[in-house]
Amino acid sequence: MSELEKKSFNVREIREEFPALRQQIYGKNLIYFDNGATSQKPQMVLNAINLFYSKENANIHRGVHYMSQKATTEYEAARQRIQHYIGARKSEEIIFTKGTTDSINLVAFSFGQLLSSGDEILISAMEHHSNIVPWQMLCERQGCILKVAPINQRGELIMEEFERLLSPKTKLVSITHISNTLGTVNPVKEIIQKAHAVGAKVLIDGAQSIQHMHINVKELDCDFYVFSSHKVFGPTGIGVLYGKEDLLDRMPPYQGGGDMISRVTFERTTYNELPFKFEAGTPHIAGGICLGKAFEFLESIDMEAAERHERELANYAEGMLDTFEGLQIIGEAKNKTSVVSFSVKGIHPFDIGTLLDKQGIAVRTGHHCTQPLMDFYGIPGTVRASFAFYNTKEEIDTFVQAVERSLSMLR
Amino acid sequence: MNLTEKQEEIIQEFEVFDDWMEKYEYIIDLGKDLPKIDEDHKTEDRLIEGCQSRVWLDSHFDNGKMHFTADSDAIITKGIIGLLIRVLDQESPESIAKADLFFIGRIGLQEHLSPTRANGLLGMVKRLKLEAIKHISAAS
Repeated sequence: MSELEKKSFNVREIREEFPALRQQIYGKNLIYFDNGATSQKPQMVLNAINLFYSKENANIHRGVHYMSQKATTEYEAARQRIQHYIGARKSEEIIFTKGTTDSINLVAFSFGQLLSSGDEILISAMEHHSNIVPWQMLCERQGCILKVAPINQRGELIMEEFERLLSPKTKLVSITHISNTLGTVNPVKEIIQKAHAVGAKVLIDGAQSIQHMHINVKELDCDFYVFSSHKVFGPTGIGVLYGKEDLLDRMPPYQGGGDMISRVTFERTTYNELPFKFEAGTPHIAGGICLGKAFEFLESIDMEAAERHERELANYAEGMLDTFEGLQIIGEAKNKTSVVSFSVKGIHPFDIGTLLDKQGIAVRTGHHCTQPLMDFYGIPGTVRASFAFYNTKEEIDTFVQAVERSLSMLR
Repeated sequence: MNLTEKQEEIIQEFEVFDDWMEKYEYIIDLGKDLPKIDEDHKTEDRLIEGCQSRVWLDSHFDNGKMHFTADSDAIITKGIIGLLIRVLDQESPESIAKADLFFIGRIGLQEHLSPTRANGLLGMVKRLKLEAIKHISAAS
């Protein structure tokens, strides 16, 4: 159980936990609105990183000495903490990877080995490149076919089209839970039910959802759920692949090496059990342990209140930005959260981002690794402000004023 | 004025600005004033693709000097192009090839010429130097 009690949601108190938010950039108080790219880290995660490398650093699994056993225990405890947080049945279903991209590549390779020529993979038009390219590579290797479910102008998946593309040939649906560019929240439960009805498995890209809402993989009934530690207040370089045990059991290993084997001879190698079958080599031990700490922190947050707060922030920002002449909000789904993406007629997003930076505001500009989506809207890129539960309405007031000032300079 | 003196002059001009926004206001004005490249000159071979903004570079050699015009879809990038043109235009290929563009760092704009900035400016300077080197080797 968490050492921290679940407290009533209080942004001021939460902000106190994040030292990175208490700094000045170019002489201005930092406003960090690039949470879609990566989140800042709470003090308890920072302390855990320091503690691990100061006192607990040892290689894990099979070490007979005290430090190795302690590190192993903590690493496996982190796995269990994540298992409980996302409601997985067993800790064996939690595979540590390098991040969302690595998790998707693992599935594309290993699950892909079970597919044949003509089998179909279905994705959506709002996917990040990391949920497009691994499937294209799989299609090239195995002769599978990639299908793309279209979206409407508001940036919502067109469910009728999605259903039309589903068939017994569909072996996997791989779709983002929340669009990193548009903030659209996809109806994943419905998607999973419909995909399962034709016998397809479903991978949910949770890179943009687990930090914003309560996730339960058992309730969702997804076959795979993937996310990155660094977007969910943990260290960079580690992430998670959740997969249903029977499916992971059937999949061949992704990479070979130490830790993933049971017995090696030059003639034949047998593989280790789950989850180690998919974790070749020395893992990111500190990363795993500290990701566990990030989840301990999350356990103390009232996620329903946090989600309401983030939606309020996004609505508040959009309401004000919408009044600016020539400004178009990109992504107007009925169900959206925590992201405000916009473009301004005749003004390059790069210019707006540069001027916001000089006013102490961190946003992201460009295509956000969703070039096909930019092509759909016919724009080179957007300015994207993406919020976390530690952001405030006051920050949005300052941000909106800064956008106004930037636009007046650029016109 | 030689290439170094031109750079010193720009550094002096930038000393009057108190803050970043004033500095950028000036850069944006330079960008707005920069003569545009003809639309039909914005061809693939003149394009330097950045991840975010794009730059078109048109250069030619005349009377022992290099001349160039450039354009970008981002106005701040254009403003910095204006400064680069002021320094490098009408210089000999030799001085362009060995030019140390120290003024960029001194006026605090080094981030725009860093490989991570991805706005096409670094690529533009590299291509310009390459053009200069081509002329030097063709002449020798």
